[in-house]
Amino acid sequence: MSILVFIDSADKEIKKSSFEAITYAAELANKKSTDCIAVLIGEVNGDIAETVGKYGVKKLYHSKDSTNYTSQAYASAIAQVVEKSSADVVVLPKSSLTDAVASRLAAKLKAAVAAGVSELPDLSNGFKVKRPIYTGKAFAYTELKGSKIVLTVAKNAMQPKEVGGKAEIENFSPSISDADQKVKVLDVEKATGEILLPEADIVVSGGRGMKGPENWNVLEDLAKALGAATGCSKPVSDVGWRPHHEHVGQTGVKVSPNLYIALGISGAIQHLAGVNSSKVLVVINKDPEAPFFKAADYGIVGDIFEVVPKLTEAAKKL
Amino acid sequence: MKILVCISHVPDTTSKISFSDNNTKLASAGVQFIIGPYDEYALSRAIELKETNGGTVTVLNVGEADTEPTIRKALAIGADDAIRVNANPTDSWFVAAQIAAIAKEEKYDLILTGRESIDFNSGLVHGLVAEMLDMPSVSPVMKLDLDGSKAIMYREIEGGKEKVEVNLPLVAGCQEPIAEWKIPNMRGIMSARTKPLKVVDPVSVDDYSKTTSFEMPPAKGACKMIDASEPEKLLDLLKNEAKVL
Repeated sequence: MSILVFIDSADKEIKKSSFEAITYAAELANKKSTDCIAVLIGEVNGDIAETVGKYGVKKLYHSKDSTNYTSQAYASAIAQVVEKSSADVVVLPKSSLTDAVASRLAAKLKAAVAAGVSELPDLSNGFKVKRPIYTGKAFAYTELKGSKIVLTVAKNAMQPKEVGGKAEIENFSPSISDADQKVKVLDVEKATGEILLPEADIVVSGGRGMKGPENWNVLEDLAKALGAATGCSKPVSDVGWRPHHEHVGQTGVKVSPNLYIALGISGAIQHLAGVNSSKVLVVINKDPEAPFFKAADYGIVGDIFEVVPKLTEAAKKL
Repeated sequence: MKILVCISHVPDTTSKISFSDNNTKLASAGVQFIIGPYDEYALSRAIELKETNGGTVTVLNVGEADTEPTIRKALAIGADDAIRVNANPTDSWFVAAQIAAIAKEEKYDLILTGRESIDFNSGLVHGLVAEMLDMPSVSPVMKLDLDGSKAIMYREIEGGKEKVEVNLPLVAGCQEPIAEWKIPNMRGIMSARTKPLKVVDPVSVDDYSKTTSFEMPPAKGACKMIDASEPEKLLDLLKNEAKVL
């Protein structure tokens, strides 16, 4: 009986969404009067016992080697930790990787599975989770049944909370079969040094009102001043002004930052569906009739190319 | 080459969502149902692969009789035949178990799904199916080419993409820009009426979850407008009122 959380990392750093998942698992463990334990595959910088311990992890199963890991191998490794530790709930931060890991793990463990939960479960009568559906247009309450449960936690659903402590470390080497390594990664193309869109606290996003890719420096300057990631609307990625991984919306990346600033985006329902779980929405658009103003918290009607540079100058002084 | 494309029957992306029966049922009056957009990308790519490599494309939907117009649309777009598992798709486990049961018999080379359905957004079906069939899976796939018995794919990752290689058979969860959507032509629409659509009973699956009710998000307050001549006031509000800076 314990709550096991999967810690995901990139470039030797634990992802922000993983700290959110740790806090979810630690608070759930508290509610169930049991321990929060964790599994990490790959090396990370710093004193790992302290880094995860202070968020409430009592014990960490650490496998330093993550060579050739794809979703299948992660699922096998986590299943082995579940067996060692007799965990009954596994918590993962939601991402396109963990969609595949959580589903495979659920099939292996014959466990109930729910993706993208947005709150701690209601344990008053079984195990009931709340999760966004219809791309954030509504929520569903779902009862999960059975002796094992796998959950992925929506980004920004939890605020990472330090509780103090140090984790006990158990190094382990999962046995990964050839069948777990059928997917061979040939090449990775990744923007380096940029803030990742799905992980960002602040997002500055541009639509067709930006008039062309050559004007993106106006948006990027504001993003830089605010420490924000950059996104775009679907028409912008469709015409190739920006790469597809920046497309925010119902059929693109779903974001839930603290602050989403839309520049020259009209606010079609498909775009709003991808941003409606953001805490605060700001829109700047020259058309006062743009539907985005109905969904936003703050708005400016005006010319982007006049307003945004002034905003950037002011942001630099913050 | 035998390709299976699993499609969901979901409200159109422009639909306003509301619930009836004390928030336990989707109010479907006036809602138009479509092939899940990600599933339609998968279907379009399957048809392109068939055109270059030969073979067959079968579409599969888990749903009750009201999903048949959606299935016929997939046939009009170019699938050869269809299977409908006659059941309410209650959760990812249930749907995946139905797909896996059929795939075990039919031995497809390629099983394509959307990266997620746009109603319940779980994104779990491709991984569940793959694990049940002991196959590799890749998702979200933005590009998929075949090279003999191998598939070369681009998978979207946070901040970029990775190129992967997998031997068939495999499961792929697809998204744009894997292919352009295809608009059915008159011949397609006419022939869709007579293409085979087999209705099968579901296999029984352990009950892992039950969705008990739905809820709408809280209503948004009015948008606070700031004059274009004072953008610094916006930052002040974001810092001191909204407390997000």
